[in-house]
Amino acid sequence: MDAIATVVQTALELGLMSALTVLALFLSYSMLNVCDLSTDGCFTFGAAVGAVVAISGHPFLSIFAAMAAGAISGLVTAVLQTRMGINSLLAGIIVNTALYSVNIAVMGQASLLSMNKTETVFTKLRAALKDTVFAGQYKLIVAAVAVLVISVLLGLFLKTKLGLAVRATGDNPDMVRSSSINPVFTTTVGLCIANSFTALSGCLLAQSQKSVDINIGQGMLTVALASLLIGTTFLGRKKMPWRILGMTFGAIVFRLVYTIALRLNMPAFMLKAVSAVIVIIAISFPYLKAQVPLLKRRLSGRKGARSNG
Amino acid sequence: MAENRETKTTGTNIMLEADSITKTFNPDTVDAKKALDNLSIKVKKGDFISIIGANGAGKSTLFNAIAGSFITDSGKLVLDGEDITLLPEYKRAKQIGRLFQDPLRGTAPGMTIEENLALAAGHGGWLSHINNADRKAFREKVSQLGMGLEDRMNQQVGLLSGGQRQALTLFMATYSMPKLLLLDEHTAALDPGTAEKVLKITKEIVEENGLTCLMITHNMQSALELGNRTIMMHHGRIIMDTEGEERSKLTVSDLLKRFKQLSGEELDNDRMLLI
Repeated sequence: MDAIATVVQTALELGLMSALTVLALFLSYSMLNVCDLSTDGCFTFGAAVGAVVAISGHPFLSIFAAMAAGAISGLVTAVLQTRMGINSLLAGIIVNTALYSVNIAVMGQASLLSMNKTETVFTKLRAALKDTVFAGQYKLIVAAVAVLVISVLLGLFLKTKLGLAVRATGDNPDMVRSSSINPVFTTTVGLCIANSFTALSGCLLAQSQKSVDINIGQGMLTVALASLLIGTTFLGRKKMPWRILGMTFGAIVFRLVYTIALRLNMPAFMLKAVSAVIVIIAISFPYLKAQVPLLKRRLSGRKGARSNG
Repeated sequence: MAENRETKTTGTNIMLEADSITKTFNPDTVDAKKALDNLSIKVKKGDFISIIGANGAGKSTLFNAIAGSFITDSGKLVLDGEDITLLPEYKRAKQIGRLFQDPLRGTAPGMTIEENLALAAGHGGWLSHINNADRKAFREKVSQLGMGLEDRMNQQVGLLSGGQRQALTLFMATYSMPKLLLLDEHTAALDPGTAEKVLKITKEIVEENGLTCLMITHNMQSALELGNRTIMMHHGRIIMDTEGEERSKLTVSDLLKRFKQLSGEELDNDRMLLI
């Protein structure tokens, strides 16, 4: 029984930490309608910057430093696509590639950084909760608080005039182009905020597992997109607070399903493949569903022709 | 009238002045097309001008130039004394409201009526929220449209009909009292009944607020009935500009005759309505 509880708790922790990246995609992909392909690199960027600042002895500052780093990465992606005429997908890929070098440089020309003896928000809380009933839940608490704070802030932001302008930019670019909203500004703001969430996500994951690997962010975009699509399927048609909650829900469901798959002896390296399949199914399903009646008619037509001939 | 003439010479009652604006598409190629050819026009404050012309006459291009969808190749644009020739589109949009033929173009479908209005309202800083006073004001104003939208404030705009969306767009475009309203065949895609209703609302809003308005129309009759001035465009130039008594005597067939006489061609517009 205890073993299962531990497994579920780990799934919740990882789910909540990746939920921050899902919230980032909710803003960039669902609201702004930009598929930000720099997500993987930005996730690692947040992890690397967070680790370096924490190692230098600033556990709290490391969180904000990571978010600021993410915002800068988002700014670069935004400038490339809004001011320099580079296609938005390409802009993300370019920034993602460049971030690989940047991340190695940040990590002191190493591809692995250990935080075994580093003080982080996690170790601080673990010390504070020592000998209480919550002693084993410190990771869960940090992740939950982070998700709660970011969700509330995102919800409030989307209700502001700037938030509405960001949503309109994704919802009807034609309208925004001929309105007093500057799409360059709204896209930039949206991508900066989204990428700061992604970087925070990377920072927390790295600090919770006490190390950064240069590949920590690889495939994060697909994993987060899969979670986003799960959340959208269940809560996508509801009002905004529910839709935001749906992102965390999707992230946790994804992790739980993945954990169950692991228990059923699926090897761990299959995670990325599973998330890829989920993304493929979730995006293609409406399209394929629409094709079914047409396929049926074609098949029955063929049968009819055969019986006539 | 004499007083008006006097103020006119000081230039203060001119809302928009286009001075020899030119725009050539695909310049230096065999497809080069002079869409605006040294076009000049002075629009007085409170003018309601209807614009007619054949396909490709440059009517929408003129609107694009005024609104800033592109920067003109040469010439000058002055809006209420301010030179806007090089101003980007979103900055001009604070003073210029615009409606397109496509009723889906002016509103965000995934957002509620209230949220769309909040974007148009223009007051408050970037971090301001919709408050209860705003909600009340929005409801009151929307009820004036007489379309029952005031009870659907929290519904997504994507659920409304084309006519309702166009009426809402008109309302949003005029919410913050623009200096200039550009209507680009904004009723052409609506069914006749709805088109008439939207046109009536247009007239009311423009008259009540004394807005300066340019309206492209393919309906020759409403071109003569609505507003106080009619201009005819051909090959990127204004070939006829009429107002006052001369205009009030014009009939649709006069317009057709004048067009043939001025352009040397038959008025050829597949969407032109003659009655």
